[in-house]
Amino acid sequence: MGSTNGNGKPEFITVRILRQDGPGQESYWERHQVPYEPELNVISLLQKVAAQARSVDGKQVAPVCWDCNCLEEVCGACTMLVNGKTRQSCSALVDRLLEDNSNEIELRPMTKFPVIRDLMVDRGRVFQALKKVQAWIPVDTYYDMGPGPRIARKEQEQAYPLSECMSCGCCLEACPQYTKVELTQQDGESAEDFEARKAKAYDHAFIGAHAISQAVLFNSHPTGKGNADDRVDALTAPGGIQLCGNAQNCVAVCPKHIPLTTSIARAGRAATVRGLKRFFDA
Amino acid sequence: MVIGGGLAGLAATMKLAELGIDVDLMSLTPVKRSHSVCAQGGINSCNDATRQLGDNEWKHFDDTVYGGDFLQHQPPVKEMAYWAPKVIDLMDRLGVTFNRTPEGFLYRRRFGGTLYKRTAFAGATTGQQLLYALDEQVRRWECEGKVTKYEFWDFLGPILDDSGACRGCLGQDLVSMEIRAFPADAVILATGGCGLIYGRSTMSMVCTGSAVSRAFQAGAKYGNGEFIQVHPTAIPGADKLRLMSESARGEGGRVWVPKKAQDPRSPKDIPESERYYFLEERYPEYGNLVPRDIATREIFDICVNDGLSVEAGRQCVYLDLTHIDPQELTRKLGGILGIYEKFQGVDPRFTPMKIFPAVHYSMGGLWADYERTAEGGLQIGSPRNHVTNIPALYAVGECDYQYHGGNRLGANSLLSCIFSGLIVAPGIENLLASQEKTAADQTGSLYASAVRQAQQQHDDLLKRSGGGENPYLLHQQLGDVMTKAATVVRNNAQLDDAIETVNELAARAEKCSLSDSGNWTNQNVVFTKSLLDMFPIAKTILKGARQRDECRGAHYKPAFEMPSLKSDEAAERRREAEAWCDRFEQNIDKWLKSTVATWNGEQPDIVYEDVDTSLIPPRPRLYGLVGAEEIDQVWKERQRNRDKSAGGNGAAKSGDVKEPAAT
Repeated sequence: MGSTNGNGKPEFITVRILRQDGPGQESYWERHQVPYEPELNVISLLQKVAAQARSVDGKQVAPVCWDCNCLEEVCGACTMLVNGKTRQSCSALVDRLLEDNSNEIELRPMTKFPVIRDLMVDRGRVFQALKKVQAWIPVDTYYDMGPGPRIARKEQEQAYPLSECMSCGCCLEACPQYTKVELTQQDGESAEDFEARKAKAYDHAFIGAHAISQAVLFNSHPTGKGNADDRVDALTAPGGIQLCGNAQNCVAVCPKHIPLTTSIARAGRAATVRGLKRFFDA
Repeated sequence: MVIGGGLAGLAATMKLAELGIDVDLMSLTPVKRSHSVCAQGGINSCNDATRQLGDNEWKHFDDTVYGGDFLQHQPPVKEMAYWAPKVIDLMDRLGVTFNRTPEGFLYRRRFGGTLYKRTAFAGATTGQQLLYALDEQVRRWECEGKVTKYEFWDFLGPILDDSGACRGCLGQDLVSMEIRAFPADAVILATGGCGLIYGRSTMSMVCTGSAVSRAFQAGAKYGNGEFIQVHPTAIPGADKLRLMSESARGEGGRVWVPKKAQDPRSPKDIPESERYYFLEERYPEYGNLVPRDIATREIFDICVNDGLSVEAGRQCVYLDLTHIDPQELTRKLGGILGIYEKFQGVDPRFTPMKIFPAVHYSMGGLWADYERTAEGGLQIGSPRNHVTNIPALYAVGECDYQYHGGNRLGANSLLSCIFSGLIVAPGIENLLASQEKTAADQTGSLYASAVRQAQQQHDDLLKRSGGGENPYLLHQQLGDVMTKAATVVRNNAQLDDAIETVNELAARAEKCSLSDSGNWTNQNVVFTKSLLDMFPIAKTILKGARQRDECRGAHYKPAFEMPSLKSDEAAERRREAEAWCDRFEQNIDKWLKSTVATWNGEQPDIVYEDVDTSLIPPRPRLYGLVGAEEIDQVWKERQRNRDKSAGGNGAAKSGDVKEPAAT
């Protein structure tokens, strides 16, 4: 793309998108061109692509499908592969991307989750993992019982970064041990049965760094400690922490810089202690 | 059935589940990704520290109604203020990582519209942290089988029986496009604001207002539509105007512009004497923490009328944190500073941020009822609390019109969302106990015919051809019109034009052609439907604004502004103050009323509803006005005379607010 508008910026931005019409269907590349404007991000590019609904060769095409919500990198919805890198597309600024590659911007759906359509994937497994590790504080009641336990500033400062996890899935996309689980609903299978079968399959596959880190967060809370053993047991069940290959990709791609490998190490120690305790108790 | 999985919807869901009620929870997005995550600064309550400085729940209540220009019914607001410390205690028990003092107590900071440090916070991602705590509790109930989630589902409207009561709702699966009826004994809407009507705002992409509009079109009333909060400080962007929390000012951030218009120097090279800290100079008491409507107007005014915008090509002012210790900033504001750095490429710890106001919150929303106690609070457990005018259809959170009146105070929204979600639950428990007919008694044909009708509309929209209108471009145009006519400054000629233009756009929207006519994850048709549903609300905002010839809270019409006092001579000034108060009283009689709209199929019909101001009588909102002292004095004298002639115990009625002995 040679033509520029005189100040080094291209006249058009070319976006190459890996599309897929539905689950199990063939994927295909499609190119779109959008007039250059300063200060765009990938979401605004996609909005323009949707509005023109025409690929670069002039063909009328259905608008590209993608997931997004907050557009300020706190909801985690818009994760995709931007120029091959897993990240939120809202904080992927076009001017920066063009500095790396002025020819085009490449967008692909995450590869570790089943594609629903185009850039939109089914991340139900991320939330299933939070169920598995009981990622909540088991309070008695929501009636007024006075304040919570006093927590030292140091503990809060350790917990806060973990509580910023937005379940975006970047750590899972980058993890070599986290492999795609894609099931299809069978003829005659009810929606409920299908959901139950999926949940079971998800529970047996690797749980992932985010859920390990959440287990550590709740196990460090004075009230959450109450069922810490249950969480550790969940982490050592099939699909648990033992599958972590220590590649450390998770911590490198986390958009919130959550110390995931530290969490994994802490969880590993807790699992060892729990294992020894069980051994001696038996 | 709960629609919406933000703070209000999740609070209602978990409380209902605790009461033993089965809940279906429907959301456009996985509930953990709801718009509540965008709330940054914190959540208000009076607390042990502020109490020792003279604060109490009554003062929080008073700040809220004064900040809201008295346009809210007072009993729900009073109840909220009294529950606030308990709400924060609950969130603390649920594991929210609130910032701590060195001794381990909750840290508090100051927010706008108050002189006390009431605001508890978790970094600058308080909404996210609160939402996650509730999301976790709802997941726990999901595991116990009390809650069934329908995520990636769109609410298409309530299902009403022959008597007009709500017996469930319609939903559409955004993936498979299946339309289904959900029988329910009560439906709670917790679907948030409608910022997308303005094109770009600080709101998330799901905040189209379509769910509320669908209830409105089915007969629910809509209150105070014209009251839209424009947040003073946001980062302009092509796709979104990203919020820069009020907590930046709460932690000492200063707003300024160079005294010399478009001074080309770097902000750090501009000496103090050549900076205009206009909020601090104009409002010495509150400084940078005046209520949002005022801060917004001042920033707008300094750029538009005084021409002092930092940049020539676009309007913005400096929000400066660079005088504060960077480590302290990271601890207390890390989240929002990260957003600025990520999206602007500049570190606000060392370079002043450039910000401008943006549409932020709808004070208005679905009209909702309440039951008042003799003491002026809410009757907890009453099925009337938060019910719309449609029996068994409820509204909580940002999508109702309670609590914030003409202007919302910072860090009160997280409170009102959680509070309204929690208190709607016992009312529904009692409703279910008293219902003679339940959804299970309805004939199947009620639901089948509702689905048929919705399916027909959906299919017609998919098949529509030849219109040629592009829904995305129409949305941009709608946003431009609304932003120009119905945000910071409003005038009648412009509103008349806007009403005409929006009517035209609405007609054109009926001719939208879809670029995707498929039936699998069709975002094109979902967006087009939500666009069509923006128009009834847009028209309601505009008509409400056009008819309200006064200034109140966020609704500012310069042609009807109350003047400052002009004379320097004591007697004349006194006479001016008397005249000012006369006019203020007349205005109360005429305009201290909620706008209540009903949809007639084409346009909103508007009537006005008296506001329950029985606890704290309205008084002039005098932040920064020239002559405020004289006006205040005259007003208090009049108030005392009124109290005397009423002959009652004046404590609660006096212009000086005191907590009544009974509470």
